[in-house]
Amino acid sequence: MTDLKSESRLEKVLRAGHFAFTGECGPPKGANVVHLKEKVSHLKEVVDSVNITDNQTAVVRMSSWAASTILIQEGIEPNFQMVCRDRNRLAIQSDILGVYAMGVRNMLCLSGDHQTFGNHPQGKNVYDIDSMQLIALVKKMRDEGKFMNDEEIDVPPRLFIGAASNPFADPFEFRVHRLAMKIEAGADFVQTQCIYNMDKFRDFMKMAVDMGLHEKCYILAGVTPMKSVGMAQYMAKSVPGMDVPESLIKRLRGAGKGKVAEEGIRFAVEQIEEFKEMEGIAGVHLMAIEWEHRVPEIAERAKVLPRPQV
Amino acid sequence: MIIADRKPIHEILEMIEDCDRILVVGCKGCVTVCNIGGAKEVGILASTLKIARKKEGRPLEVDERTLERQCDPEYLDQIKDVVDQYDAVISMACGVGPQFLSEAFPAQRFFPALNTSFMGGALQHGVWSERCAGCGTCVIHYFDGMCPIARCSKSLLNGPCGGSASGKCEISKDVDCIWDKIVKKKMEQGRLKDLLAVRPAKDWRTSRDGGPRKSEREELVQ
Repeated sequence: MTDLKSESRLEKVLRAGHFAFTGECGPPKGANVVHLKEKVSHLKEVVDSVNITDNQTAVVRMSSWAASTILIQEGIEPNFQMVCRDRNRLAIQSDILGVYAMGVRNMLCLSGDHQTFGNHPQGKNVYDIDSMQLIALVKKMRDEGKFMNDEEIDVPPRLFIGAASNPFADPFEFRVHRLAMKIEAGADFVQTQCIYNMDKFRDFMKMAVDMGLHEKCYILAGVTPMKSVGMAQYMAKSVPGMDVPESLIKRLRGAGKGKVAEEGIRFAVEQIEEFKEMEGIAGVHLMAIEWEHRVPEIAERAKVLPRPQV
Repeated sequence: MIIADRKPIHEILEMIEDCDRILVVGCKGCVTVCNIGGAKEVGILASTLKIARKKEGRPLEVDERTLERQCDPEYLDQIKDVVDQYDAVISMACGVGPQFLSEAFPAQRFFPALNTSFMGGALQHGVWSERCAGCGTCVIHYFDGMCPIARCSKSLLNGPCGGSASGKCEISKDVDCIWDKIVKKKMEQGRLKDLLAVRPAKDWRTSRDGGPRKSEREELVQ
């Protein structure tokens, strides 16, 4: 094992060869710290790190860096998400320094949903840099100790760099190349979009493994349990880049009244079991949207507990 | 060319609320080509305003002129003799027109009749589409003649993002994903490797981000 790139617990878990298990939590639409603490309390010691989303779906929420620091106070390791939609390169770099100073050790670099999706569609979009350039920037700041303009940084931020990959967006053939580019740019780990089409994901991973990408970067498979048939149908129809096969919707519907959520969890557990065995997969990223309290049960049933002590 | 749309008539009426006599000035440049601010449209706007004001019981006197171009001082002289005979002047040019007119005739008020939208071209008669964001440093040679700055909703230089689905952009099924087109063309022509290196961040100083721009060509300046 070579030297660690950060003081991230997630990095240590992955470096030690453990199957990683990460969670996610959306900050509140307000300054409701009590609610945030309640939600993340379900994830404590159940996951290795918790992604804190950054104004996800372009809806204004408590800032991801502030919510991340609240997690640190609670003894939970955050994975600070940053999108390129809302900040130019000045704000991006200063926020990177800020979160590192406050104890954040993981950062997920994203383009971000366009603001037309959200609750301030009148806003100006920034996109000074894109997610690929953001990854390269965080790496430069960490490894070279330099800002984007090549000026020296006084105490560089040593962050474990994450990226997202959506194997289900188009054009499919290009997706693995885009993943390779993110790794080349500096991604240490990758969390994928929610996976429902397992056949397509197996094809994607085969390509990734053939290219040796799993040896250069830790790939965590994205899982979001379906809570209802309505949720599955919404994701299938209205979320761009999401692939929900009709067979899964049928399976959920077949579970019968009052049992759909259980079927959704059963499917998620089956997925996690398969990912444990899948070549190239280093862990699972569980995005239980507004369902944090069900995560311990899912973790238990997927046999990913207890989490390793590193 | 510059593509524009006409402002709603009530907005224009509001601008000239206190006027009894106005001049509507068209432009024979881009806005004539995109059928929004040429002599014909000047005539239509003039009639519409007159009818609306007649209904209100406050008749409006409207004269019409259409200049060669409103973005060139030499043609502005075409209204020099009459410009001060009106309570206000409505320009049917792009946003450049009313500003150049204001600068040439500081004593007069100039109002815009158009919303200037973008630089683009005609897809078919009556349909125009954006092609250029005027960023000041063209990069389309990297992308086979397609501009991700103007045509990707996020101006990504390393696309397509995870919201690209079936050739469409995540913001709307009516918007093409330009990155889908770029990737597919590169694939079809066996030049995908052109896209595999990470493109560095853009220097936006040549764009509007560097402040208002000016272009000066020494050989032409007298």
